[in-house]
Amino acid sequence: MIRYLADRLLQSLVVLAVMSFVVYVLLCLMPGDPIDIMMSGDPKMTAADRARLAEDYGLDRPILERYGTWLKAAVSGDLGWSRTFRRPVLEILLPRLGNTILLMGAALGIALMVGLPLGIWAGSRAGGLADRVINLACFATAATPTFWLALLLMILFAVKLGWFPASGLAPRGAGFWESLRHLVLPVVTLAIVESGIYARHMRAAMIEALQHDYVRTARAKGATRVRVILVHALRNALLPVTTVTALGFGSLFSGALITETMFAWPGMGKLIFESIMSSDFNVALVALLFATLVTLLCNLAADLSYVALDPRISIGHGAAR
Amino acid sequence: MRPPGRPLAILAAVVFGFLIVACLSASWVEAALGVDATEVDLLGRFAAPSRQHPLGTDDLGRDLLVRLLQGGQISILVGLSAAIIAATLGTALGLIAGYAGGRFDSFLMRLTDGVIALPLLALLIVLAAIDLTKLGVPDATANSPYMNLVRIVLITALFSWTTVARLVRAATLSLKSRDFVRAGIAMGAPPWRVMLVHILPNTISPILVATALAVGDVIKFESVLSFLGLGIRPPMPSWGNMLTNAQEMIWDAPQLALWPGILILVTVASCGLLADALNDWLDPRRRGARR
Repeated sequence: MIRYLADRLLQSLVVLAVMSFVVYVLLCLMPGDPIDIMMSGDPKMTAADRARLAEDYGLDRPILERYGTWLKAAVSGDLGWSRTFRRPVLEILLPRLGNTILLMGAALGIALMVGLPLGIWAGSRAGGLADRVINLACFATAATPTFWLALLLMILFAVKLGWFPASGLAPRGAGFWESLRHLVLPVVTLAIVESGIYARHMRAAMIEALQHDYVRTARAKGATRVRVILVHALRNALLPVTTVTALGFGSLFSGALITETMFAWPGMGKLIFESIMSSDFNVALVALLFATLVTLLCNLAADLSYVALDPRISIGHGAAR
Repeated sequence: MRPPGRPLAILAAVVFGFLIVACLSASWVEAALGVDATEVDLLGRFAAPSRQHPLGTDDLGRDLLVRLLQGGQISILVGLSAAIIAATLGTALGLIAGYAGGRFDSFLMRLTDGVIALPLLALLIVLAAIDLTKLGVPDATANSPYMNLVRIVLITALFSWTTVARLVRAATLSLKSRDFVRAGIAMGAPPWRVMLVHILPNTISPILVATALAVGDVIKFESVLSFLGLGIRPPMPSWGNMLTNAQEMIWDAPQLALWPGILILVTVASCGLLADALNDWLDPRRRGARR
């Protein structure tokens, strides 16, 4: 077990290292040279100043060497400065991380509470009216672009009804309810999208589980319908769903990125988008890598949960796929 | 028992076909209405639906219906071409991985795992924002509308090939041990021939299903990138970039946000339903079975 864990951690680390290089190179290909931006801030600078600045910042060096310098500093804990905020990257990242965790956590919680029961209901009556309606709703949520859903909710609840604010975080010192009002629309947007995904997976897993012999046995022994579904089938159907939840972190984060940008929710996703758009490369790089790291850890958690929950699988016999 | 969902699939096919025909006839609609959708009319902004403008006009006084149809041409074109590229790439890689096995196979599977797990949207944004002139592409080419289109097709295809590759690999693995394939090998057919003539035709159903799904995914990716201002650039319309301005105008003209989104939803949903139906229909074991 320890060996397996160490192997997988090492693998994740390698992926992260490769990603850091790829993202570094990609960010170097962004429009907006840092020196150009500095030059545009001060019209008196000359070409000589430009060359001196480039040398000062090491921007005249080959890209591999620059990456090496960045990596060395990053490993020693120096993640650099933000160009737009003029503060260390970490200081900007951490409060936003909290906001994102709040948004994603709340949305995930609601999505599971809504999606799983709907999936169980649909899956246990496959082909029935409820199943068809739920299935169609899942198709519709899967086909709805998140940003458009956010727009619709904004128009309905902020513009037409005026129930919730259209964007932003509650001002500092606002009461609990005021803060909650600001959280509602972003969380609901993300939760709708995610619950469709969970309902679909739960439904498929439920249909699969209900076909097994032990379900027939339980029915034959006179177990009630509810007991067969909730006790016998559900326990096995939850296995793949657990994995899907952990594997779905990447899509959850993509959803959060859009939701945060739409509702001006100051989280990691909005930070990534804005730092890319404003050529704040240090922030973009660290935030992107952080998101990748969490995704990789979630994938690892998915594999581990599968092993932990399913006694049929043991490590060392192809559990790592 | 009649399989559920079948009428829905027919409806999806009809709707998708209708959308394509409608979008292709954008210029006829334009001529029939006697409007010019590229002409800015600042006195006729946000016009209500009328005989001349069946869906009204947008923030620059352009006819909304014609703009929607023209935008649909671009969105569907991007969706279809990126999906076809992704399917071709995925099929080739999946075939080789499944047939050859070994190192290449495990590397490919790790790669698909990785691509599925990444925070995709963030990476798409980075890729879409890259300045092509820094890669040595001449300025005129890099910023032309044509290049803009090609770039969106390529980067969305880059993230859509994994499903096809996985499905084709799985199919290849099971076909490899079937008698007709082994007979082919025994008769001295070279690997490329076994792959292309014996295996490929039998993997066509997963390829079709995954391609249909990919069309929908790509249209969604394109719409969000264009919405963020990183995809199809105005004045070329796409359903995504038609929504960019809509956000600023939710207080003045919320109706503008409605139509492009509905069309994206309908298109992507019909792709999904078609894929679902194809999956049942092409798999004889599941044909007519209760799902």
